[in-house]
Amino acid sequence: MSAPYAKLPGWADYGLIPVINLLVAFLVAGLVVMLVGENPLRAAGILVEGAFGRGQSIAYTLYYATSFIFTGLAVAVAFHCGLFNIGGEGQAYIGGIGVAIVCLSLDGVFPWWINFPLAILGAGAVGAFWAFIPGILQAKRGSHIVITTIMFNFIAASVMVYLLVDVIKPAGSMAPQTRTFLEGGQLPKLNWLIEMFGLPIRSSPFNITFLLALVCAWLVWLLIWRTKLGYEIRTQGHSPKAARYAGIGEARIIVITMIISGALAGMMALNPIMGDQHRVQLDFVTGAGFVGIAVALMGRSHPVGIIPAAILFGALYQGGAELSFEIPTISRDMIVIIQGLVILFAGALEHMFRPQIQTLFATLRPRSAGVEATSGEGA
Amino acid sequence: MEFFTTIVQILDSTVRLSVPLLLACLAGLYSERSGIFDIGLEGKMLAGAFAAGAAAAVMGSAWAGLAMAVLISVGLALVHGFASITHRGNQIVSGVAINFIAAGSTIILGQAWFSQGGRTPSLSAEGRFGAVNLPFADAVADVPIVGPIYSELLSGHSLLVYFAFAMVPFTWWVLFRTRFGLRLRAVGENPAAVDTAGISVTWLRYRAVICTGILCGFAGAYLALAMNAGFVKDMTAGRGFIALAALIFAKWRPVPAMMACLLFGFLDAAAIRLGGSPLPLVGRVPVQFFQALPYVLTVVLLAGFIGKAIPPRAGGQPYVKER
Amino acid sequence: MAEAAIELVGINKSFGAVRANRNIDLNIPKGTIHGIIGENGAGKSTLMSILYGFYQADSGSISVDGKPTTIHTPNDAIAAGIGMVHQHFMLVENFTVLENIILGAEGEALLGSSIAKARSELERLERDYGLEVDPDAIIEELPVGLQQRVEILKALYRGADILILDEPTGVLTPAEADHLFRILAQLKEEGKTVVLITHKLREIMAITDNVSVMRQGEMVATRKTAETTVEELAELMVGRRVLLRVEKGEAKPGDFKLSVKGLTVKDSRGVTMVKDVSFDVRAGEIVGIAGVAGNGQSELLETIAGIRTAEAGKVTLLGEEIDVSGATDPGDLRDRGLAHVPEDRHHVGLVLQFEENENSVLGYHDEPQYLKGPFLDREKIVAEAGENMKKYDIRPANPMLKTANFSGGNQQKIVLAREMEQDPEVLIVGQPTRGVDVGAIEFIHKRLIDMRDQGKAVLLISVELDEVRSLSDRILVMFDGRIVGERGPDATEGELGLLMAGVESKEAAE
Repeated sequence: MSAPYAKLPGWADYGLIPVINLLVAFLVAGLVVMLVGENPLRAAGILVEGAFGRGQSIAYTLYYATSFIFTGLAVAVAFHCGLFNIGGEGQAYIGGIGVAIVCLSLDGVFPWWINFPLAILGAGAVGAFWAFIPGILQAKRGSHIVITTIMFNFIAASVMVYLLVDVIKPAGSMAPQTRTFLEGGQLPKLNWLIEMFGLPIRSSPFNITFLLALVCAWLVWLLIWRTKLGYEIRTQGHSPKAARYAGIGEARIIVITMIISGALAGMMALNPIMGDQHRVQLDFVTGAGFVGIAVALMGRSHPVGIIPAAILFGALYQGGAELSFEIPTISRDMIVIIQGLVILFAGALEHMFRPQIQTLFATLRPRSAGVEATSGEGA
Repeated sequence: MEFFTTIVQILDSTVRLSVPLLLACLAGLYSERSGIFDIGLEGKMLAGAFAAGAAAAVMGSAWAGLAMAVLISVGLALVHGFASITHRGNQIVSGVAINFIAAGSTIILGQAWFSQGGRTPSLSAEGRFGAVNLPFADAVADVPIVGPIYSELLSGHSLLVYFAFAMVPFTWWVLFRTRFGLRLRAVGENPAAVDTAGISVTWLRYRAVICTGILCGFAGAYLALAMNAGFVKDMTAGRGFIALAALIFAKWRPVPAMMACLLFGFLDAAAIRLGGSPLPLVGRVPVQFFQALPYVLTVVLLAGFIGKAIPPRAGGQPYVKER
Repeated sequence: MAEAAIELVGINKSFGAVRANRNIDLNIPKGTIHGIIGENGAGKSTLMSILYGFYQADSGSISVDGKPTTIHTPNDAIAAGIGMVHQHFMLVENFTVLENIILGAEGEALLGSSIAKARSELERLERDYGLEVDPDAIIEELPVGLQQRVEILKALYRGADILILDEPTGVLTPAEADHLFRILAQLKEEGKTVVLITHKLREIMAITDNVSVMRQGEMVATRKTAETTVEELAELMVGRRVLLRVEKGEAKPGDFKLSVKGLTVKDSRGVTMVKDVSFDVRAGEIVGIAGVAGNGQSELLETIAGIRTAEAGKVTLLGEEIDVSGATDPGDLRDRGLAHVPEDRHHVGLVLQFEENENSVLGYHDEPQYLKGPFLDREKIVAEAGENMKKYDIRPANPMLKTANFSGGNQQKIVLAREMEQDPEVLIVGQPTRGVDVGAIEFIHKRLIDMRDQGKAVLLISVELDEVRSLSDRILVMFDGRIVGERGPDATEGELGLLMAGVESKEAAE
């Protein structure tokens, strides 16, 4: 057996092909815009302007990107172990409980810089727990993790509604949400980071969780490519039989990977809750868990790819908000379509343009392209 | 007697609620039996429902709605086929993508065309599939026990309900008594055997996903044209995933699939009936508990406490000719 | 010369840069049994896949029964009267025999009448050719020999006049193989043409009328079987004198290093694959286990390596008992001095997507010497991998290269280097030279002898009888899950062949 696809230079593999896939996804999205009778170029212009035009919009873009880095990393870590964690949405949602517990009990006691690490632990732990159950069911009972994590998204939604409506809603309040946190439960903004470049900001939700997200991205890189645990995760992901041969316990590695993945997804809750709204509201995740799938696929499960992919989706969210303001027929649900298209073209159809590109490379440099990946076997 | 009436009512709504599950579940059966996993049932159903609502509103005909639902759903099924059969992409990823594309575009297009906040206009009677009264339903309604069962439980459903239940034996017949079914089952188990027997794996699998598309279209049309009077955004509300779970319980067989769908339909019906009201012994149970119960049960059952569900052996893997 | 059933002219086929078939000309006379031999990778299977329409040739022409025929799909081949029995059976395992036979040849859209027709047709075929098989049996419940019979029936049911068999005896016991040959002779009698692809010379000599030899994608010769010899064919096959004997001195067996007592192993289907197996391996000797593939050798090897759990029995490694019920994992065994070269390097012994250096510590990645806290000591791993690549002549000698980009022989050397350089006390090796080029085979054999001479205990499992005979100091033969006999290295091929067929199974009781 040979590899199904011949080799391309690394930059084409990791740069050119993803970019082409992305362009196609946007082209198709443009067709949808035309279908509703608008000009896609104008829409794209508004979108870019809305996402990067002012300091304010950049701050919003990065605020959204923060959430997507977490969920993207969560999906990516699971991918490396050969697991498809579709449960990021539920893990992030339920992670809100961890933040709420810390903030509601300690926001009047400690300053934010003590509560923040505690909330990180809280959000991570609850998110990890929510991923642990599907993980252990996969490891011990062989329950298909794709299905169980989907189910856990729905269960998380019911649990959160119950908690917010019946349990932690302050007495006398109508809205299904917690009370507003005191100062000890509010994270500092990062607006100065953008203002440094001379771009003034009135107010924005952009906060220090962004830095945490970057640290997490670096830690994930370290974990996957430099540690023993990461080596074991990748071995399991590429070849479960080789992992068994190497003495890597399958159940253990699946459970650990899901815990890490769930913890990353859970930490996403910090960004909107402690960073922006200062309370836990219904549906605060707003699809970020699912965006993580697109982000991880686009970023090829590598932190270096995930950060720009997350920023791109952050821009779509922010620019999309502006867009729906300017062109009411294009609501923010346009982003959901783009997300689906990115998943389709960067994920399921990632090899669609490969043969053509290979032919192109073969004609440009006939001797280096199109060479079989393996030889000496079969034939 | 009042208790009996309640039971009949709950069972009646069980039937109504299980129909979209059943159609989607049978839809998934065709695809997955051929070796193509499909978690995009939800998306196809949703797109089908939107197409049905939109077309029925514009053309004023339920049949036009149904036709459009099938057309659009088959279109999405072909996208799934294109990604996972022709391009050997990851079938789960492709399914996820289709769900998002459907979720987003039904709202965008609905808003752009009808400007009713993602709804399609409310349908008149011609735009819907109305109730079909079985012969003598009124005549026997007063007969004790049998009367209500016949006139309420069995009679008075829309055409699509009868269609859905008729699809169960039909699907069984197709799978086990026709050439197409033999080949379909074979390609899900060992595509190489099918290939060397001179049958095109690609075409066979495409036909399977087209069947899936057709039935998902029916499921969507039922939601928009029979259960409701038009399309409402996100109206599938996770039913595609429940159908998928039912398919797993049923171990990819038609009759058990019907049983599983009826069970989930029953849970749904019971939740609506009981919602909020106190139960004997346990007191008031939060409505979210009932909402989550099908999913919890699915997980419990998936954990293998009712035997092992072995999927078609070639499921999820793209077919590559070996050298 | 009789009329040609098949005539191939100038067939070429490339996969990427690999030219699997080059300018093949072949003439197969009608009503004969024609052998095609060649080593693994000589291009035999590719050629037959072209003939069966599974691949299309890049150039060249095919004539069937004297008529030029285009064969683009298996359907074309079937229509031209060509049937094929694949090396890996193309059967749907949970279907009945009958369902498998009609698949693709159902006739009409409804199964009812076609099944009835197939049943009577099957009865006729069974009568005519002595091919009995229960039409309602489920394939996965049938023994391999019968599954193959279903494959032959499938071809005949489709009206095949030309039957191609690709390595048909690889999975059969000699008794089953003999039965198959009788069936083939019967088919020839009925006027069918049989093409037999194999790399076993004995089969060629026993049954064929003519034989064609392939080497590195080329057709190097065609002979009448009666006018050639095993030696000539072997030379044509490899292109030089076959080196059957590996240079080695006397074994100096020392202490018992590995003992297996009463080991019984079931596979995932619950079938008992290893039945009450006992043997010892001592320091400084190579114990070879011979047997036809599928007689429990793989399961035995995996159980000793800790990958598989046993139902009963015990394994003692360096005087300490191993928990064979599953508590001992392969990592613990490595720590205790057991190295394992698995049969399947692609999926088990290597992670093909990894860089070479990453594979050079697979299984040893948790040894303190390769770790710095929770991190892998990359510098050390890469440096050591580089050294081993030189020592084992692994090319290209670049430890950063993706493992998939090495050839089969070099991949195998990566595994061997890793397992041997950890200085194990006991080395267990499965199929060390499967899919490996000739040069690498010699190298690997020498290294195994070196291990023995350094006083290591080596357990070798191979389906290549020649390999077992030339390397082993003692030969155990496995048949149907049992060790049916032990012989010295001077045992003849015939003697071992009988044991492998289970003929002298009484001796096992001794």
